[in-house]
Amino acid sequence: MVLDKLSDSLTGVIKKITNASFIDEKLVKEVVRDIQRALLTSDVNVKVVMELSKRIEARSLEQKSIAGLTKKEHVIKVVYEELTLLLGEKQEYRLPSKTRIMLIGIQGSGKTTSSVKLAKFLSKKGLRPYILAADTYRPAAYEQLVQLAEKAGVKVYGDPGNKDAVSITKAGLKEASNADAVILDTAGRHKSEADLFSEMKELSETFKPDEKLLVIDSNLGQSAGRQAAAFHEAIGLTGVILTKLDGSAKGGGALSAVSETGVQIKFVGLGEDVKDFEIFDPERFISRILGLGDLRGLMERASEEIDEDSVKDILKGDLTFDDLKTQIKSIRNMGPLGNILKMIPGFSMMSMPKEQTQMTEEKMDRYLYIIDSMNKRERVEPKLLNTSRINRIACGSGTTREDVKELVNYHKMMKKTLKGFKKGRFSKGPLAQMMRGMK
Amino acid sequence: MFSFLKKKVANNTRKISEALKGEVTLDESRLEDLLFDLEISLIESDVALEVVDKIKDDLKNSLLGKTFERGSDLEEIVKSALRDSLKSMFIDADLVETIKAGKRPFVIAFIGVNGTGKTTTIAKIATAFEKEGLSSVIAACDTYRAGAIEQIEQHAEKLGVRLIKHGPGADAAAVAFDAIEHARAKDKDVVLIDTAGRMDTNVNLMDELKKVVRIAKPNRVIFVGDALTGNAVVDQVLAFNKYASIDGAILTKADADAKGGAAISVAYILKKPIYYLGTGQEYGDLLKFSSEWFVDELLSE
Repeated sequence: MVLDKLSDSLTGVIKKITNASFIDEKLVKEVVRDIQRALLTSDVNVKVVMELSKRIEARSLEQKSIAGLTKKEHVIKVVYEELTLLLGEKQEYRLPSKTRIMLIGIQGSGKTTSSVKLAKFLSKKGLRPYILAADTYRPAAYEQLVQLAEKAGVKVYGDPGNKDAVSITKAGLKEASNADAVILDTAGRHKSEADLFSEMKELSETFKPDEKLLVIDSNLGQSAGRQAAAFHEAIGLTGVILTKLDGSAKGGGALSAVSETGVQIKFVGLGEDVKDFEIFDPERFISRILGLGDLRGLMERASEEIDEDSVKDILKGDLTFDDLKTQIKSIRNMGPLGNILKMIPGFSMMSMPKEQTQMTEEKMDRYLYIIDSMNKRERVEPKLLNTSRINRIACGSGTTREDVKELVNYHKMMKKTLKGFKKGRFSKGPLAQMMRGMK
Repeated sequence: MFSFLKKKVANNTRKISEALKGEVTLDESRLEDLLFDLEISLIESDVALEVVDKIKDDLKNSLLGKTFERGSDLEEIVKSALRDSLKSMFIDADLVETIKAGKRPFVIAFIGVNGTGKTTTIAKIATAFEKEGLSSVIAACDTYRAGAIEQIEQHAEKLGVRLIKHGPGADAAAVAFDAIEHARAKDKDVVLIDTAGRMDTNVNLMDELKKVVRIAKPNRVIFVGDALTGNAVVDQVLAFNKYASIDGAILTKADADAKGGAAISVAYILKKPIYYLGTGQEYGDLLKFSSEWFVDELLSE
């Protein structure tokens, strides 16, 4: 899952600091070496790593720790701050009433998928997006965009017979004059392709974008900085979209691109689905890779997916199997469980093998089948479930009696948890409890 | 191509050998010091960290404690140790020869993460095979990504190669099966299976890949990787190898200022040949890989 390796190794670093009883030069040096190796494995540019580690070392040793913080906490804070600094300050994505966004990048970095994800993201925020299909090089680029956009319910302008991206852009702008946001999907290109770079400049002059977002594959290695610099020099970037963060890639290349160009990572792509797309939050990203968890991020996504009324109902009254079904479905809709677990404080510190999160997804699906096999009364009155009913439900859902009993126990546990939640144990978080129950 | 590492390695070996001049034997700390710059250059060239460690170990083994005669060409000695280390990571194989010696139809599956260039590579491979007198059938087994079938269809049309396809969302294994049947019936030499790109962490899609391989029983499974990939290539290769035993690799986008490190990492981790490099947008932009050529390219000035 996201930045696994970097996260694992940095979590190790943090543990090393927290386990040490005192901090001396030797420890700091050791920690810095570990951080260097972790960042290099994550494809962060060598120069960036060297500068960063120098600062961490100097600050950890020289600066006086702030009152109230132990020395150990001080080093953790320095590591955290320096990594945050590397990624820039957090910027909310402002949504102007009219905007033009141009997506550019190397072949295969995910521009087309990102353009549809971005359009969907904007339409969720109440804007009317329009995508212009200006990749006239790759075969079937237009068909790909049209098929993706159709699924997402987003409008596309294109002219598959026309090989001139500039004229498509002009016509598209007319077509999309009523749209709030026009997104230009362009052909993939890299810095050694002079012809394609001059086409990009021409497109930029025609389209007059407010945003010029470089789409970067998180698999990209040390060349990310140089590639980004070339794009920046040609048309002046305003931001980065970091894609494929759901693979094993660590995304360090994007950090180099940021430090090379001074622009921010604005969005991240996290999966095959159109909704696997988020605003980039440097702090959240860092706390995630440091293994400190991120409840805020989870809640943001959860509030979009979970119907507020049903949450209120659950908190007011008894938890029925219908409620449970809604909850499980909401969680399944939030994407791979691994992504969600990483956001819960405490969870990312625990090593959760990928197989286990995958198992849990299967388990969630199984729970849904079981609930579907219950009759209406059973769903509202869980107490009704006796041996013969359990047998019938197991048969009907194609599961075993043990599976059904497991769900019944899970339901009881959830009910207890929610009672605790009502009594004010907010700090734990209902979803965190739920996840624990799912394990 | 790969000019960056070339220059760096040349500088480093010179530096190392200059430091060695006048000294008779190398002790560990001295050598460690000297290898530091080389280590950084290799990392900057996208050689994965564990492979960098291996190269350093090789150099230590061949240089440590050795006594050099005064006046011997130390630059050559260091360079040759590095050359030996790099060469030992590669196995060479000629894909066309393998096919010509193999059974008919010869089935090749192309696998890899999203966006590395599997479809484009297949079009290039079909072109190269045609020149060698080998006829191809392409199986459109990426039934997952939007527009994937149309993309390979347009390539096949341009090249005049037969394409076997079902609709979007169809069972990829069934498409592969049909393509192999077609090749058998029409006496074609090679079946090229284009699979969907998938993240190495996506267990469901990896299971689907396993099924395609189980049904199609390809004679070669080729991993298509992006030459610009950094350390992530190691995890990719290991994950794909777990689900579909990889027989060789092709690295794409080598023209996009790739430093060559990914080739070294893939070869070392897989212990399987790298067949070709993708070097551009045209069908002819496919370079046959040989370790001799590659290592020379890295080390010559």
